[in-house]
Amino acid sequence: MASIDIRDIHKSYGKIEVLHGVDLAIKDGEFIVLVGPSGCGKSTLLRMIAGLEEVTGGDILIAGNRINDLAPKDRDIAMVFQSYALYPHMSVAQNMSYSLRLRKTPREKVASAVSAAASKLGLDPFLERRPKALSGGQRQRVAMGRAIVRQPKAFLFDEPLSNLDARLREQMRAEIKKLHGELGATSIYVTHDQIEAMTLADRIVAMHGGVVQQVGSPLDLYDRPANLFVAGFIGSPGMNFIEARYQPGEGSPAARLADGTLVALPHAYALEPDTPVTLGIRPEHVVIGGEGREAAVELIEPTGFGTILHLALHGLPFKVFTTDRKVLNAGNAAAVSFPPQHLHLFDREGARVAAL
Amino acid sequence: MRARPLILTLAHRLAVLAYILFALFPLFWLLKVSLTPNDLLYSEGVRMWPSRVSFDHFRFVIAHSDFPLFFRNSLIVAGSTALVVTAVASLSGYALSRFAFRAKYWIVALMLLTQMFPLVMLVAPIFRLLSPLGLTNSLTGLVIVYSAFNVPFATFLMQSFFDGIPKDLEEAAKIDGATQFMAFRQIILPLTLPGIAATVGFVFTAAWSELLFALMLISGNDAATFPVGLLSFVSKFSVDFGQMMAAGVLALIPACIFFFLIQRYLVQGLTAGAVKG
Ligand SMILES: Nc1ncnc2c1ncn2[C@@H]1O[C@H](COP(=O)(O)OP(=O)(O)OP(=O)(O)O)[C@@H](O)[C@H]1O
Ligand SMILES: [Mg+2]
Repeated sequence: MASIDIRDIHKSYGKIEVLHGVDLAIKDGEFIVLVGPSGCGKSTLLRMIAGLEEVTGGDILIAGNRINDLAPKDRDIAMVFQSYALYPHMSVAQNMSYSLRLRKTPREKVASAVSAAASKLGLDPFLERRPKALSGGQRQRVAMGRAIVRQPKAFLFDEPLSNLDARLREQMRAEIKKLHGELGATSIYVTHDQIEAMTLADRIVAMHGGVVQQVGSPLDLYDRPANLFVAGFIGSPGMNFIEARYQPGEGSPAARLADGTLVALPHAYALEPDTPVTLGIRPEHVVIGGEGREAAVELIEPTGFGTILHLALHGLPFKVFTTDRKVLNAGNAAAVSFPPQHLHLFDREGARVAAL
Repeated sequence: MRARPLILTLAHRLAVLAYILFALFPLFWLLKVSLTPNDLLYSEGVRMWPSRVSFDHFRFVIAHSDFPLFFRNSLIVAGSTALVVTAVASLSGYALSRFAFRAKYWIVALMLLTQMFPLVMLVAPIFRLLSPLGLTNSLTGLVIVYSAFNVPFATFLMQSFFDGIPKDLEEAAKIDGATQFMAFRQIILPLTLPGIAATVGFVFTAAWSELLFALMLISGNDAATFPVGLLSFVSKFSVDFGQMMAAGVLALIPACIFFFLIQRYLVQGLTAGAVKG
């Protein structure tokens, strides 16, 4: 186990730069989740840490040592691939013990490490089978087992659960969390799945276009997104955005919408009067009913746990999530209001505006 | 509902059977003639099977001709060529499949170019090249020439097999602690066995039956291969069909044994289950 320091990492393929200077300090034992839209460079970053991709600029340090030029085999890290990448001509036991055998570990030690990992993952009955005789979930476990048999400095995961069905994914997610609790190993985990990111991470790293947008605890990113990208990316359904202009008022700051109505803000902000801003509010924070703005209900999506309402507010699409099963139908009108404490304010450049 | 598939199946089987008969008939004729005693060869007319079979031709070919020598020479040449070409083609095919390097495009183009010349054009220059080196009239010379001509195609063949193996596998091996070469030898190569078997088989048969260069580069019996030897049954005045066919049947044996040994790999897709299925 070790800390990992990523300093101003750049990556170019020929003339195209895909990572534009990534800085990240990962503490020993921390569980970091990388999220971001497809193509933002998550896998590239992970593969550079693993040594599978050359570093074009910057430094990577593991436990304080610069490892840019070390071969993958000398970095002492383990990786779980999205495709699992099990060796098809080896049994499950051989798959798991390959790394130990390469390191010339004594035979008894290999056997005990494999059986310990196998019983942790419930793989005991399958040790002699070939990967092709396993289900997807079992293969995924073997891939995990291969990573945990030796005690590497760090674990890297590239969307390890994305080939599993929803139920199995939920189960494996919990197991990974439990494993991390037991092993306490530094981990970097790439995922598309919001819930995986929120539930597993000590800290989430949100990336976009080869640039880190925000690093923080899951609730940090949820409660205080640093910019419009993170605000829209974290949370499902995504945050609503409304264009407005800032009005300092007399002790009652507000935002004026396009139709001239005012939305009360929780604080005053260091902005000139009439500055264009973007208001953000999460669908689950919008209050339905009572006094409020009139909106037309266009579509209703019941999820069982709650209902997603697609509304048209001042002619613009607007989503609300409610656990109240009050019967609303498409075509009805609904009254919505925005509790000030749940409003987010972003400036013209999309950065969060801090309260005064 | 069930009648139509049955008819189709029947038609399909019949077509396959007809094809097999067509393809195997020359081989059957080879065997038939080799077993027909000389006195019956011309006297019985065209018959599917002689009224009396004898192994005289085989006996003669094995005991009283140079055929065992030709056979041994061919075995050495074809075997060595297959080994050399497969070893080289595995490495070069792997390089083409996995590495990006300068001039890769030009190397591929050059290898394709070598395949475009009719071999007859090259006989004279190759003879001129080999004779000062003392490589004419020698099995080594033949192995070198055959290897040179077979490497490009075998390389492309191997490359296509390597292309079929997911890159993740060797990356996983490298992270597990293997060097590039260990990943190649312990992970990739075992999975390429079907490809290697196909390449070995292809090169072996090509070298086994090559006639043009063997004829041009070899004079005299000492280094003659069996296709050249077969011609020695054709004399100025007559063709000894019985003995020639017996020699031909014997020459088929190694190829048959060979394909029998490797057929398991030819039909088996070993990569099943490597990545998610
Ligand atoms: N070998 C390559 N040559 C050129 N560009 C590449 C190469 N590999 C990746 N890229 C580019 O780098 C960018 C980042 O790719 P990467 O695989 O890291 O994305 P990702 O965030 O993992 O996406 P996903 O979520 O879809 O897996 C992409 O725009 C991709 O097109
Ligand atoms: Mg990726």
